[in-house]
Amino acid sequence: MQQKVFEHRLSNGMVVLGEPMPWLESVAFSLLLPAGTKNEPQDRLGLAGLTLEMSQRGAGPYSSREVVERLDFLGVDRSSNVTTFHTSMSMAAMSRVLEPTLEVAAAIVREPHFPEDELDEARQSALLELASIDDDPAQKCFKELKRMRFGEVFGRSSLGSESGLTDTTLDDCKEFHRKHYSPDRAIISLAGNFDWDRFLVIADRLFGDWKGPAYVGPTSVVSYPGNSHLCHDSQQTHIALAYDAVPYNHPEYYQGRGLVGILSDGMSSRLFAEVREKRGLVYSVSASAHSLHDCGSVLCYAGTTAPRAQETLDVTVQTIRSLENGIDPAELKRLKARVRTSLVMEQESSSSRSSQMAHDWAYLGRVPSRQELLKTIEALSCESLLNHYKNHPPRRWSLVTIGPDPLEFSDAVS
Amino acid sequence: MQFRSEKLSNGLEVIAEVNPEAFSLSLGYFVKTGSRDETPEMAGVSHFLEHMMFKGTDRRTAEDVNQELDDLGSQSNAYTSEEQTVYYMSVLPEFQHAALDLLSDMMRPALRDEDFQTERQVILEEIAMYDDQPPYGAMERAAEAYFREHPLGRRVLGTRETVSELDPEAMRAYHQARYAPDNLTLVASGAVDFEQLLKSAEAMTTQWKPSQAKRQLVLPTFCNDMLSMVHPPATQQYTLQYSPGPSYCDEARYIARILGTILGDDSGSRLFWELVDTGMAETAATFTQEFQECGLFCTFLTCAPEQHDENWCIIQEILAQGKEVPITALELELAKNKICSGMILGSERPSNRLFSIGNAWTIRRTYETIQAASEHYREVTLESVQKAFEALADRTSVTVSVGPEAS
Repeated sequence: MQQKVFEHRLSNGMVVLGEPMPWLESVAFSLLLPAGTKNEPQDRLGLAGLTLEMSQRGAGPYSSREVVERLDFLGVDRSSNVTTFHTSMSMAAMSRVLEPTLEVAAAIVREPHFPEDELDEARQSALLELASIDDDPAQKCFKELKRMRFGEVFGRSSLGSESGLTDTTLDDCKEFHRKHYSPDRAIISLAGNFDWDRFLVIADRLFGDWKGPAYVGPTSVVSYPGNSHLCHDSQQTHIALAYDAVPYNHPEYYQGRGLVGILSDGMSSRLFAEVREKRGLVYSVSASAHSLHDCGSVLCYAGTTAPRAQETLDVTVQTIRSLENGIDPAELKRLKARVRTSLVMEQESSSSRSSQMAHDWAYLGRVPSRQELLKTIEALSCESLLNHYKNHPPRRWSLVTIGPDPLEFSDAVS
Repeated sequence: MQFRSEKLSNGLEVIAEVNPEAFSLSLGYFVKTGSRDETPEMAGVSHFLEHMMFKGTDRRTAEDVNQELDDLGSQSNAYTSEEQTVYYMSVLPEFQHAALDLLSDMMRPALRDEDFQTERQVILEEIAMYDDQPPYGAMERAAEAYFREHPLGRRVLGTRETVSELDPEAMRAYHQARYAPDNLTLVASGAVDFEQLLKSAEAMTTQWKPSQAKRQLVLPTFCNDMLSMVHPPATQQYTLQYSPGPSYCDEARYIARILGTILGDDSGSRLFWELVDTGMAETAATFTQEFQECGLFCTFLTCAPEQHDENWCIIQEILAQGKEVPITALELELAKNKICSGMILGSERPSNRLFSIGNAWTIRRTYETIQAASEHYREVTLESVQKAFEALADRTSVTVSVGPEAS
């Protein structure tokens, strides 16, 4: 697993990362800006998303239509989104069109036109997207879980609120852009077939003279336990469950992540085996590790027809608690095999590598190598995992269900 | 990159796109069986069987299968469509033999009665899950209305009733008839040791007997129809329209795919600029769906119920404007760039190549490099796309709309 990760900081504070993968024909980059939903004023929920949408409707030398046509002409696969702490933009293309693709991305970030006559259209799109979540109970379940668990500021959804979107003006977007689309704490990470020295010249040309206000760091995020039910006329009840875990920047993160793997990675994982394979209770059940700054959680999902929902919840919680009885060496061996494979396969995708690097830098301030990660994983033992579980048992549970009837859950108040 | 193919003595074909530079390899059994090969009473058996294939063999329990899949660190899964059932794994090259051993053994499942009953519950959950999800059965309803008696009108998952009534014995007979070596293809891509693959496959499948499984190919007859369904909990209106399109074996499919991109891709298309960019609809799309002997040109709209009728009229107008607003050279070029670049970006993972080469070989018996596949798109002329666009004005269609109230 040969690997070289380059790092550079522009004079304005923007971090430039690169990992050459010369065996690929593609390049991909992620551009992470310190502009998340937590930066929205309380009465403008949805502003971060609307600003991102508006910034793509004409920028630099390109009109709204030309932004799309230029990227299509270059054959760029792209996506953008807003999270609690960041606005991110990801693009992947053939390596020969890297420079013109970066030019479009830089224009969007630095020189959006914010055309007056397009605000209502962008707002309508955002309102439609917000409304459509009512037809997606599983997503709605997690939206509600996040709101309840992380509170007023850190529990916000990127979809915003109807009043926030309705009240947002063009000046709000411009103000949000001025304050938060800033090089301090911005990251651009590139992976794939490229030349680092050449990339630095381009990055310096496009972002070197970018100025913006200094970043104001987040205050601590805390979790609030709780239990809620949303009535919905559906066959299935959707169950979203969360409990505390160590966050991504914690020295023992991979112990906690290992436990989530034992629960949910692969077809022999405990949740899949107990809830689906043995009892046939669900089609879908899973757990994943989630970090919001210094607050870690495990998020679980199960969907099942209403009469079996209580049993599904009970078995899911029992299975999580079964970790206290210890980890089987065979389970740990399988976990390590899966990690090894995914680390090797990461080299097949410039997109997944570039977004991982940006994520690592945002959380850790560095990019751990595959070797380092492999060493950390190889060092996990059944004892260390069990110890970690005992020191960080599931607590501060949150439960949200959507379906015909509420469920009993005594852990919710613990 | 090298293409290899061989036929074993039992009729099993083995094909591979070998790339010694790749980090991983992917393996898959492509079974030429799906919902179109079922009788109406047994609707859903192909998909149910796909679940049962993970439930153990004479040599392995269900637990063994799942544990071994994870022991190999594999990324594995399976899917069932109207026309095929595919089981695949991606592993590191050192696990080629072990992966093939597991996958081949899985093709001869135990199909135990008790596992059958438990798994039936999982399938019923899957059906309930899709019933609750947009577009609330509109796709299945549209296929039924469009294809009527044609086998492609059947539901891949079957219905609550057919799945509840399936019995293990009938599934065993279906398996015996459809999972024969002359109806399977072993497909591999990436860092494959082809000689070793052949040798292992020969040894592992020596007991498999051919069955001369057949598929009925019939050209469907088309009609015009419009159906409305009510799903009270829905908040949005979902409308799907099926019209005739080229099949997976028809050269015209490149033209139809390009036309679908120009008119209704999720960004930069005519419907995008008119309805999505303006915030009138959440989705307004056109795309193709291809089967062995026929195909569909599909239109899909999601929007607020009160805006639906106006939006649907706009879509119909745009699709009928072949003569008034011809396709431009720029539109054609952008669509080609988007499609070709997407193909190359997607092909970097051997696991993605597995499906391209497997589908092409099992249905069309051809192999194409990415470059050759791109050429087909590059060769499409403005005249041919324009002609296909003009032909949309007179298309027959089945339209199904579902929303909170009758429309």
